[in-house]
Amino acid sequence: MTSDSRLEKILSRGDFAVTSECGPPRGADPEIIRKKGTLIKDFVDAINVTDNQTSVVRMSSFSSCVILKQMGINPVLQMVTRDRNRIAIQSDILGAAALGINNILCLSGDHQKFGDHAKAKNVYDLDSIHLIQTVKQMRDEGKFLGGDDIKGKPRFFIGAAANPFADPFEFRVIRLAKKVAAGAQFIQTQCIYNLNRFKEWMQLVRDRGLHEKVHILGGVTPMKSLGMANYMKKMVPGMDVPDELIARIKGVPKEKQAEEGIKMCVETIQHLREIEGVHGVHIMAIEWEEMVPHIVQNAGLLPRPKIE
Amino acid sequence: MIIGKGKSIKDILAMIENHSKIIVAGCRGCVTVCAAGGEKEVGILSAALSLARGKDGKPIEIKEVTLERQCDSEYLESIRSFVDEYEAVVSIACGAGVQFMAEKFRKIPLYPGIDTNFIGVTEAQGVWTERCQACGDCKLHITGGICPISRCAKSLFNGPCGGSAKGKCEVNPEVDCGWQLIYDRLKELGKLDQLEIIIPINDWSNSRDGGPRKIIREDLTL
Amino acid sequence: MAGCMEGNCHYLTGNLRARKRVEYTKKILDEIGIGGERLEMYNMSAAQGPRFVEIANEMTERIKKLGPNPIKLAASTKSEEGAQKEREECFV
Repeated sequence: MTSDSRLEKILSRGDFAVTSECGPPRGADPEIIRKKGTLIKDFVDAINVTDNQTSVVRMSSFSSCVILKQMGINPVLQMVTRDRNRIAIQSDILGAAALGINNILCLSGDHQKFGDHAKAKNVYDLDSIHLIQTVKQMRDEGKFLGGDDIKGKPRFFIGAAANPFADPFEFRVIRLAKKVAAGAQFIQTQCIYNLNRFKEWMQLVRDRGLHEKVHILGGVTPMKSLGMANYMKKMVPGMDVPDELIARIKGVPKEKQAEEGIKMCVETIQHLREIEGVHGVHIMAIEWEEMVPHIVQNAGLLPRPKIE
Repeated sequence: MIIGKGKSIKDILAMIENHSKIIVAGCRGCVTVCAAGGEKEVGILSAALSLARGKDGKPIEIKEVTLERQCDSEYLESIRSFVDEYEAVVSIACGAGVQFMAEKFRKIPLYPGIDTNFIGVTEAQGVWTERCQACGDCKLHITGGICPISRCAKSLFNGPCGGSAKGKCEVNPEVDCGWQLIYDRLKELGKLDQLEIIIPINDWSNSRDGGPRKIIREDLTL
Repeated sequence: MAGCMEGNCHYLTGNLRARKRVEYTKKILDEIGIGGERLEMYNMSAAQGPRFVEIANEMTERIKKLGPNPIKLAASTKSEEGAQKEREECFV
């Protein structure tokens, strides 16, 4: 094992892993994170905390992960390179390790234009692949990027994101290969609605043998309503929502749409379990965390393995 | 070349509020090509300022001057003989020119009449786009002649990010995704395998981050 | 400002470019408080005598409503001399 991460242990054993995420509050109240954590902790193997997602300022992923850790939960620290340079990044990696956080998801981060602080300077001293390399170097070689030795190496299970639905399609697998070469050990994908396209991508992944080098967790997000489905189809870059899905949600009365959305999410998870090379699922029920237990249960993923 | 665009006339009027005798100085370099600070723009700006001040009952005397360049001392000297007769200079050269002029003529306030935006090219008449960020460590040979720092909104070295859709940047649907351009170009050149290599972490000490820069060519100094 | 009908310019795009410049000038006149409505571009052919008269009257009415040149107005309400602009060009 490269870390003390429970997620790493579960995936190494060949179990189908379940992760989910918590969005931190737009304020300083720790109770909000505690409540979300409590809702889902028995239904997942690890919980991601987003890092100022869509460039909207929230309580930091770092602090939220510490709060979750204090509750006995296994957090995944999401870290973007948009807001911090290599000095702050390495510093935070040491700090997170010191506080017992042992999973990190390395991201570039949404551009600040999307958020509530479009006038900010962006950093991007490193990109996501550089960040993966940085964590790996600190963990395995015990050296800072500048070359000095680290006294007390941080141990992390290193993750990255992948979007099988962004362009250019042919290049997506090459980029995944680069992330794996840089040191990524697990991947959480963008949420999957177009299963056929995802299967095509997974074929390319297998052709390169990447499924044996990295654990891929398929991302899923339940649709709450037709409005949400349309929004995701039209307004979110890199998202592929097929017309059949829109039609299916449209076909049920408004009060039943959320239920249908959950049903479709569970079906997607069941399909993902059949795909060779998919080693888990990452459930992103944004501001709908209370549905996660329901989804995990209906997908037949309970009980979660107990690891010490 | 350096591309800029005129500041709003309101902003310039605010700068020269307390002056009644000024010079408007243009430049025949880059700002002429991007129609922001050449002789023609000097004329237009001077006329507009005159009219505006006339309307407010606070007439202003304006001397119109267009220098060959404002980034070379010998051309700046051309105004030394009369500059002190005036109360201020509005320079519509790029930021470098405005500053150099301020260094040469210390008794007179220097106001910038344009915003300097970027190093770029003329894509079509009236259309200029950014190409170079002056990072001091050119990598165009690795990326098919397309710069990841200036043409990718996140300056990714191993892009594209997950927000690239239909060849456009997530930040602005009218902006090309820099990494899609790099991908297409390398494909045309038959060099897609180059993209499998991780481009390493950058040394930013040669760019603005490292501090104000200076180049000395010993073979050229006197 | 009068230009030929669009598509009939002897210089092909002269009247189209002129329109763009007139629009730009109107913006400047608005910005400095003189008013872009004091300038207008019309397209007509040399044979459209009556149209020319129509436009001339239209513009005259408009200008009357807008009132005198605000600069002259400002100058005449103050006793000092009006704006003076030296046109000197300095070539290097």
